[in-house]
Formats: sequence, C-alpha cells, structure tokens
Amino acid sequence: MSRIGVFVCWCGENIARTVDVAQVADAAAQIPGVRSSVHYKYVCSDPGQALIREKIESEKLDAVVVASCSPHMHLKTFRKTAQRAGLNPYLVEMANIREHCSWVHHDRKQATAKAIEIIRLSVEKARNDAALQPIRVPVTRRALVIGGGVAGIQAALDIADSGHEVVMVEREPSIGGKMAGLSETFPTLDCSQCILTPRMVEVGQHPRIKLYSYSEVEKVEGFVGNFKITIRQRARYVDVNKCTGCGECWNVCPLKRNRSEFDFGMGMRPAIYIPFPQAVPARPVIDKSQCAKLIRNGCGLCEKKCKAGAINFKDEDRLVEESVGAVVVATGYKLYSIGKSQPKATLAGYGEYGYGKYKDVIDSLQFERLVSASGPTGGVLKRPSDGAIPKSVVFISCVGSRDNAKGLPYCSKICCMYTAKHSMLYKHKVHDGQAYVFYMDIRAGGKGYEEFVRRAIEQDGAQYYRGRVSKITEERGKLIVRGADTLSGTPVTIEADLVVLAAAMRPADGIEELAQKLNIGYDEFGFLLESHPKLRPVETNTAGIFIAGACHSPKDIPESVAQASAAASKVQVMLAADELTREAEIAAINEQTCAACFTCVPTCPYHAIERTEVRTPKGAFVKNTARVNPGLCMGCGTCVSVCPSKSADLQGFTDQQVYAMVESLA
Amino acid sequence: MRLGYYPGCALHGSSNDYEQSLRACLGKLEVEPEEIREWVCCGATAAHSLNHKLSIALPGRNLALAEQQGFEEMLAPCPLCSMQLLKASKLIKEDDGLRREISSIVEGEISGRVNVLNLIQVFQQVGLDRIKGAVKKPLTDLKPACYYGCLLVRPPEVVKFDDPEQPSSMEAIVNALGAMPVEWNFRTECCGAGMTMAKEETVLDLSHRILTDAQQHGANCLVTACPMCHVNLDMKQYDIERSYSVVIKLPVYYLSDLVGLALGISREALGIDRHFVT
Repeated sequence: MSRIGVFVCWCGENIARTVDVAQVADAAAQIPGVRSSVHYKYVCSDPGQALIREKIESEKLDAVVVASCSPHMHLKTFRKTAQRAGLNPYLVEMANIREHCSWVHHDRKQATAKAIEIIRLSVEKARNDAALQPIRVPVTRRALVIGGGVAGIQAALDIADSGHEVVMVEREPSIGGKMAGLSETFPTLDCSQCILTPRMVEVGQHPRIKLYSYSEVEKVEGFVGNFKITIRQRARYVDVNKCTGCGECWNVCPLKRNRSEFDFGMGMRPAIYIPFPQAVPARPVIDKSQCAKLIRNGCGLCEKKCKAGAINFKDEDRLVEESVGAVVVATGYKLYSIGKSQPKATLAGYGEYGYGKYKDVIDSLQFERLVSASGPTGGVLKRPSDGAIPKSVVFISCVGSRDNAKGLPYCSKICCMYTAKHSMLYKHKVHDGQAYVFYMDIRAGGKGYEEFVRRAIEQDGAQYYRGRVSKITEERGKLIVRGADTLSGTPVTIEADLVVLAAAMRPADGIEELAQKLNIGYDEFGFLLESHPKLRPVETNTAGIFIAGACHSPKDIPESVAQASAAASKVQVMLAADELTREAEIAAINEQTCAACFTCVPTCPYHAIERTEVRTPKGAFVKNTARVNPGLCMGCGTCVSVCPSKSADLQGFTDQQVYAMVESLA
Repeated sequence: MRLGYYPGCALHGSSNDYEQSLRACLGKLEVEPEEIREWVCCGATAAHSLNHKLSIALPGRNLALAEQQGFEEMLAPCPLCSMQLLKASKLIKEDDGLRREISSIVEGEISGRVNVLNLIQVFQQVGLDRIKGAVKKPLTDLKPACYYGCLLVRPPEVVKFDDPEQPSSMEAIVNALGAMPVEWNFRTECCGAGMTMAKEETVLDLSHRILTDAQQHGANCLVTACPMCHVNLDMKQYDIERSYSVVIKLPVYYLSDLVGLALGISREALGIDRHFVT
C-alpha cells in the first residue's frame, strides 16, 4: 500500500491537550507511503467519518490509519466507514495515541514525539496490510441447553418459542433443578413449585423441545454453528414410550428406604422412583445400585405389576448424536459440603458445627424440603432426630462463604435473603417458636429485598445477631450454640432444637470436565467465565457457547431467569442468520512449507488445528499438513509462535508486518 | 529406630508422674526414648509474647541438638512443647534465610529434618494391632472421655494432626484397650492452661465445664495427653468442687496410664497413686 491516509484525532481535549496534533499531522505526511495527513476534532463523529470517506475517494487512498483511541473503542466504526467508501475494511489501522500516549504523559513535547512514532508503526503495518475477506460458516439452526433447572428451562422455552428447535440435556431423572425443591421464594413468598411446574410441563410438551433426561453430554465436536454433540442416555430400565406414569411400580417396590436425592436425605424413596410427583418426564427410573433384580436377580415385582410392559431390566446406556448450532450451559450449583470430607485442601470444612454428626444440624436446602408442602413431612416442620416440632431454631449464614481460612472467599449472594425467608416460614409454621440468625452483614440489594429482611425482623420477630458461631454441641437433646454478638460485644449461648447452616454455593459437580469438553473457561472455584464482565456477560470465549444461571456465579431466581433470557436472545440472533460471519484475522498455515510436525495441534487452546493430507486433484497423496479450521480459530496466534518452520501466520497481523513495524523505529 | 525424648519443663517438674507413666508404658512396648542431652526450654507461652525470634531460637536450639545427636524422631509429650518445636521447624523449612540466622544464633546447624511426635503418634507408630495384642487386662469398666485440649490438634497448619474440631485418634487407642470412649462435646475446648497463675477463676470455670460435660455424657474418667490439662483438671478438681459446691470426683488419667494399666502395669508403677483424684 502506498497511498495511505492518516487521520489524527484531537478527541476534543483528550489528545490535543497533551499532543500537538497539527505538528503530528505534518510529521505523518512525511512518512513514506503516506499520501495525505489531516487532523480533526472528533474523527469518530459523523463529519469526521465523512472526512475519511471523502479523502478515500479524492486521494484514491488504498489504506487508512486513524490516530486516536484504542482499537477496542472504534476500530469497528472506522472499518465500516472505509467499507462504505469502497475500501476493504481490513486495510484500516489504528494508532492509539490516547490511552498509550496523551492520557499517560504530561510533557507535551515528548508526548508529541511519541505520538509520531506510534503513527509511524501503524503506517508501516498498513503498508503491509492485505485485503481480507470475512469468514462465512453455515449454521445448524438448533440449540443445545445443558441443564434443566430454572435457567435452562427459561432459555429453552425462549429459543423454542422463537421458532428454533432445542435439545435439552438434564442429568437427573426429572427437569426442575434446585427450584423444584424449594418451598416458597423471596421476596414475595410465592410457592416455588406453583411457578415452576407449569414451565416444566411446557418444556415436556413443547413440539420444538427434545428432552433427554437422566442423560449427560459425553462429547462435543465441531465449532460455532456446527456442533456435533454426543449424549449419553443413562440406562433407566423403564421404556419411557411405553410407560404411562401410573405409579404401580414404585408403590409395589419393597425397597422403600433409600435416601431421596431430591429431599437431600430428609426423606426416603423406593428403588424405582420418580423424584417428585410433578416430575417431567413423569417416568420413573430404577436405581441400579439398589434394585434387588439388578443386583442379584431377585424381586422383579415392578415388572410383574406393570401393565404397560415398560420395565426393561436389560436396558443399557445409549449414545445419541445431535447436531446444533449453539449451546447454552445452565448447569447450576450445589452447596459447599460443610463436614469433614472436602474436595480440596484449601477447604477445611466446619467440624465445629457438627454437621453430619448431629442429626438436627442441617443445611438450607434440607430445610427447604422440611418446610415444603411437597416435602417428606408434608410441610410440617419436624426435626430429623425425633420428629419433634422445634421451638427454637438457629440459622447461621455465611457457612463457607467469605471465609479465606477454610471456605471460599466470595459472597454466595442469596443466603441473606433465603435465611430471612427461612426465619419467616418458620415463624408462620411454629407461632410460639423463636428464630435466631447469626450473620456477618446483611446483603439485601434488590427490588423489595431490604424491606423483606426488615419484615422478618420486625414483623416475624427473628432475633438477628451480628457475629459468628464458634461451636455447636449437644446436651440432653438440645443443641448448644455458642456465638458472639459483636454489636453488644457479648458472647451468646442459645439452646436450639434445630440449626440450619446457609452453606456457600459452589458450581455443580462435573463442571470442570464439562467446561473442558466445551472448551470454555472457568475460574479457580469452577464457575464458568464470561467473555467480558460488563459487555458480554452471557457469552463465553468460545464462539457459539453461552452461559446462564448459577454455573456462572451465585445467583437468585430472577437473576438466573434474566440471564437465561439474555443467553436465549443471543442464540436467537445467531440462529436467525443463514450463515455466520466471523472476523478474518485468524491463523493460516502455509501447506507448502508445513513440515507436518504438528507442534501446533496440541498447542492450540481452541482445538482449531487438525491433521490432514494434501492430495492432487486425482487423489494421489502428496504430503501431510496441519490445517486451521476457520470456524474454530479465535486468532490468538499461539500456533504462530510455536511453529518451527514458520508456516503458521496470523492474517492481518503477520510476522512480516511486525518486523516492518519494529524496523521502522530504528 | 532411635526415638529422641524432649521432656520439657513439665515432665521434669510438676508433672513428673507423666514421665513415670509414659516411661513405664513405652518400656513395656519396647520403646525406649532417649532424652536429648542439654535440652533447653521450648519458650512456652512467654517467649512468643515477648520476642518472635527468641520463640523460634529456643525450640530451634532443641531441634539442632536432636540433629547433632543423630535423632530423626523426637517425642515431645507436652503438646505445647511439640507445637512450639513443630512451628519452629515449619518456619525454618520455609525460609532459608531464617534457617541460617537461627542456626547461627543457636550455634548449631538446623535442617528441620527431625520429626516431632506427640504421645498419640508414638502409640500409632507402635501400632494399634500390636497394642491390642499386648493387652492383658482389658479396661472394660472404663468409659473415658478423651480430652485433647487446645494444642494437640491446633493450629492445624502447624501440627497437621487429626481433625482440629472432631478428632478421633485418642478414641481409637482407648478402644483398642477394651474401654468404651464416650461421645461428648468439650474434647478440644480450653482448660484455662497457664491462666492458673494469673486468674484462677477462669481456669476453675473452664475446667468445671469440661468435667461436668464429660460426666453428663456418661464418662467415668477423663483421659488426656497434656501435663497442663492434667494439672487443671486433676489437681484443681478439689478447688472446682469447692467453688461450685459440687461433687465431681472424676479421675483424670494420662493416655499412657490407660495403656499401661491395660498392659498389666500396676497403678504405683505408673504413678497413678500420686494423682489427686483417685
């Protein structure tokens, strides 16, 4: 390129205050290859862009350098401007003389000199620029939603209602997630199941949603717009098509005393079961670790009783393949395990609270089941040890949260609210009972949230103590809770009948393995990473994969639902197009010089490089080579730095360009 | 392997019954701890509240002596001593500059390779199966409340021994002797320790709670592995009874007393007759 136009921006006072823009424009005009050089108050404004278009036409410019702010800010703007004037958008370069120069310097003379050098580099890059074409990839207009909790349900329904097919994969026998087990929700105290179950039924009956329950994502291949997903359907031992959900089988099953996962151990279930009456699909599964027929070929009563002939003891796991264009991950959370066994050495647990040792020390999800109308006690609050109605209940918040020493450093965000809710629900059920809450701070930011907490304290008489509990012991059937009231500076001892621990929220089991399959990022706690915390909150760094709900960070229901709808709308935008356009600045491998060492293949963080062969048009083998999949490559350049034969290069940012830039400084 | 022995001040002074007991008991199990020659004070609580470096140098000196005398393992039956030794060893291993400085102060090279053991760990090394096999008089009448006190399991990052909140190692040994340890609450609570000099009421209050809780949970004796705890719970028990107008009369044994009794050693040989509550 030898007819380059340079446009020096004042950015109002931002650049012009520190940099002598007129002098810079004059100096830029002297750089070899520059045809025209001007300065203007706001190049990004309409008249500023008009100036660029006019100069491209009048001076027949073949490349443009805008010396202004960061390319993150306006590169797209100026590329579009150039495109409208008929110039290939990849022939536009930006010289950042604001963040890299005027904002960080005081000395006008030196800053001006530096701005000229920055422009010299960009001009040199522009001289070596090549016209690139954006990459187009076809789109499979279906989406995968992983996780059938409230976030997954919302995302699936939004996408399906907009006309696209959805594949939903849920690990448990039923969709519904944690919300299906909650009693009532804050801050309105409306019944959780009453809100959720109609949505679950909608998913189950939706003509465009294909539900795989009791299934997991086994393998993910492909790239944005063209994912190939292998799903493992775990053996259910019940044919869901024949089964009518009548319930004869679980009524007749003699092995009724198995820990119910849905009730978090507060209730029991048979070996053949549906997790709860409103389950979707309302089809049972057989727990193969408990069923007498499957263990030792005994019993078999359910098979005899089933009129539909739906029981199949020879059932096996099945692998199914589905093609989708986009993925929403909504795998949710689990609670921090309070007791002794911890997955990591940094999590020491809270042995002093006796969770797992004293039956009446339970966690908050267990409490939800005890007060839920659909719970094992039918909504009557009975404590686990002896079934007595507890007359005094202690709630402890921040168990595992905000604790660098033995828990997790982050705030689990929802515990303040649900603990206030718990204290209210308790008071509504046991009028002569007393609730006590130990808290660190009350974090009640949200619509109607602070008012809700005040209601718990003022109307329902929960006694709040600002302080931690040091130890829980048991004496004569009472739990002795010893803690501190740091506002009055006195130690507190409470004789409680029941203690509820608000354990920290952690991402669900297996999240790291799933993230690795999907090739998306996660933080040190396993929470999935968004692409940008402010502006791309539901996107991941892998194109076509989106996140929603508590797999991203601790969240309450409204927030999970909002994020799920946001993710769904991103999917809809993607699926609305016939093909996807991606930026052209990706890696390319020169297949002539590639030595087929394949060092780049394992190095690529996006698994975008594959081994392939070069063949003549007649099919004769010529050589092995590495090849970049343009649908997957994110243009990070890692392959360029490791390629021993210098065959990999990043288009729009070639080695040649970088060397030319460096040499121009000398 | 040779086992070094660091008695600390207590086992040569007020708690020499503890030394008598553990020597008799370990001897029966063919473990002969050799006293570290020229050992000095571990620094106890005084050193670390006055001078940080001194609190490392004092146990450091003992570690250096143990290394010079060719020991790889050393028994420190007092939990405060063993904690101080372990803490110094940890700090020295983590910071080579500090290691060289302390080595020069104590005039002896310290590498931190000596493994400091408490009494429970020595029994664990002997092996529960072996102890079980050697039992001559099973302690079937005893329902001990196993009392760990504060320092045997804490701070967890220093002592790295058992669970700091719900420990179980002492119960396992007592079980092997045929006794039935009780479930109780105050296994790792503080007995008041050195407050016995400065503010006796505190010790009486805390120790009173410990003894009462043990009795309420059905214990007919208390077992400890700490000389200081023994002083507060045994020697002070009369004062506790007097200040709270109660009768407790709960015998307090060292862990080695119980092992010794089960192995058939007499109460006199173990020094149990010298306890206050019998």
